[in-house]
Amino acid sequence: MSRQPCASGYFRTGYEQDLALIATRLERRSLGVFVIALLAFPLIASPFQLDLACQVFLACIGSLSLMLLTGYAGQISLGHAGLIAAGAFTVGILFRETNAPFWITLPAAALVGALLGIIFGLPSLRLRGLYLAVSTLALHFVVIYLGGEYESRRGFSTGIVIDPPRLGSVSISDGRAWYFILLAAAATLLVCLNLLRARTGRAWRAIRAHETVAEALGIGIAGYKLLAFVISSAVTALAGALFAYYRGFVSVEAFSLFLTIQYLAMVIIGGMGSLLGALLGATFVTIFPYIIEIGLLALPGAQRYASLLFAVNYAAFGLVMILFLIFEPLGLVGIWRRIQSYFLLWPFRHRAASGSRR
Amino acid sequence: MQLIVNITVLAAIYALLACGYVLIYRVSRVMNMAHGELAMLGAYLLYTTASLFVGHPATAIAAAVVLSLSVGVLVYLLLMRKMTGEMVLAAILTTIAIGILLRGLIVLIWSAAQQHPLQALKFSNPSIELVGGARISTCAALMVVMTILVYGGLFAFLRFGRWGVRLRAGGQNPLLAAQRGINLNAIYALAWGLSTLTGSIAGMLIALDSGLDQTMVVIGLKAFAPALVGGLDSLIGALAGAIIVAGAEVLAIHYIDPLLSDVVPFLVLIATLIVRPWGLFGTREELDRV
Repeated sequence: MSRQPCASGYFRTGYEQDLALIATRLERRSLGVFVIALLAFPLIASPFQLDLACQVFLACIGSLSLMLLTGYAGQISLGHAGLIAAGAFTVGILFRETNAPFWITLPAAALVGALLGIIFGLPSLRLRGLYLAVSTLALHFVVIYLGGEYESRRGFSTGIVIDPPRLGSVSISDGRAWYFILLAAAATLLVCLNLLRARTGRAWRAIRAHETVAEALGIGIAGYKLLAFVISSAVTALAGALFAYYRGFVSVEAFSLFLTIQYLAMVIIGGMGSLLGALLGATFVTIFPYIIEIGLLALPGAQRYASLLFAVNYAAFGLVMILFLIFEPLGLVGIWRRIQSYFLLWPFRHRAASGSRR
Repeated sequence: MQLIVNITVLAAIYALLACGYVLIYRVSRVMNMAHGELAMLGAYLLYTTASLFVGHPATAIAAAVVLSLSVGVLVYLLLMRKMTGEMVLAAILTTIAIGILLRGLIVLIWSAAQQHPLQALKFSNPSIELVGGARISTCAALMVVMTILVYGGLFAFLRFGRWGVRLRAGGQNPLLAAQRGINLNAIYALAWGLSTLTGSIAGMLIALDSGLDQTMVVIGLKAFAPALVGGLDSLIGALAGAIIVAGAEVLAIHYIDPLLSDVVPFLVLIATLIVRPWGLFGTREELDRV
């Protein structure tokens, strides 16, 4: 995984250590503390904070899947919102038409996502870069149109209402939803980590670095590219399905191009080619509008600005994205690594010349 | 007959917007996802100058045109210049981010309500009766005329103008062009300026015809389809693509379902990408094929 040493004085002496997910004792302990903190979170948090945290983790699932596709396999996709919409609509339609329980709708959403992934991925066999971006963008509009068409044909012109899922006789909502979202996010992260440290992940990175060389090394380009699209799309659709259950409401308006842009921003702001980046980016982008809101309301004459909040959000979001793209292309992870290596190397300023970055 | 008029007007809108995409792509290989927003900004600038220079519509229009040209140049100099040599995705994302920023700023400055630059300029927009009982509004007619003028001007400029030749050279081979003493930064800035200018003209005319609000962004995005259908580096292609896409869209709206209007351009685009990814008139080698 080409990681930096995570603690001073720690050197890997075998391949198993290179592959290990948790390398040092400190990591294991801090992970334990973090997990306990997350489990206890609903007990201490206000409903607003809990809602925010749920949104963050839902966004994490989506951004992790986009990171697999764009950050690791190097395939540009502008159709992320379309896939999320596909997952959400699968849940909505199945729930409305057949009243299916969630253990049917969620796999169905993943299946729809996988199928769409093949469709989204097919152009990638012929196209690259900009053209691929455009073709996925076009597919986004097709999916959204189909969703809108369903809504208007079946008379749900304002959106589809979905009841919270039930497990036996227990309705999963509010506080309980948190644990399920946490479970889903943790599972996604684990799947991603395992994919990336195995053959698939290495193949994807090779494709991203140089396609011709990857092919010369005996990597089946077409297969792995499609696989990247299929896995990423299935996870994305799953995120969409969870989103639909969490909100209890599905409507095409929620899946505009802006959502795609937000997810791309998560990946960029977080830092390309890093799962940690996907998580950091998702957190940042999800919380960002609330920070802006708080900041704006703290200004004198707050009521006057309240109506402008939406526009200020837009402008600030664009500005932050530009700033990151120009001044910190490595994203939040870049900043994090710099802080980390500052402390690891202290009292020295510079790492030895070889392998200084990444 | 009315159908043909509708197709012509829509094709003119698309063509005028698409040539902005083509200009930037041809010179710097960047797809400008903020084109719709820049066009919208041009229209809002016209609205402002119109209310500044009340009673002098010519001054207002000239000021708006100059302003939009400088906006394009500034966008390149301040932002896009830093993105040279970065990944395709980073460049695209920067333009997207510019678009979002502009959209936010426009709402902040001019509010989200619909504006009518036509009234601000004190123009009227009577519809003209054509042969066969078809009708066309004056602004729409102006749009068609303007498209012909802009394309004529661009062809002449790129073919005979000194800077036009430099523009083409920079697009063909930046390294050689730079070694021949062509200032690449200047021609990239020029391309961005011209692209924003043509986009803004389109935006202004759309705004004069049907009012001005945030929906113009969607038109800008849809206009990407004609540019790609015709071939991203070909102006003739953009013209042909505009006619094809506009034809398909108007016919689909008329015969199938009005809701299709947002999808048809992208369906045509997908079909093109499958059959002929480099577009009708595009250069085949240009495409980064696998």
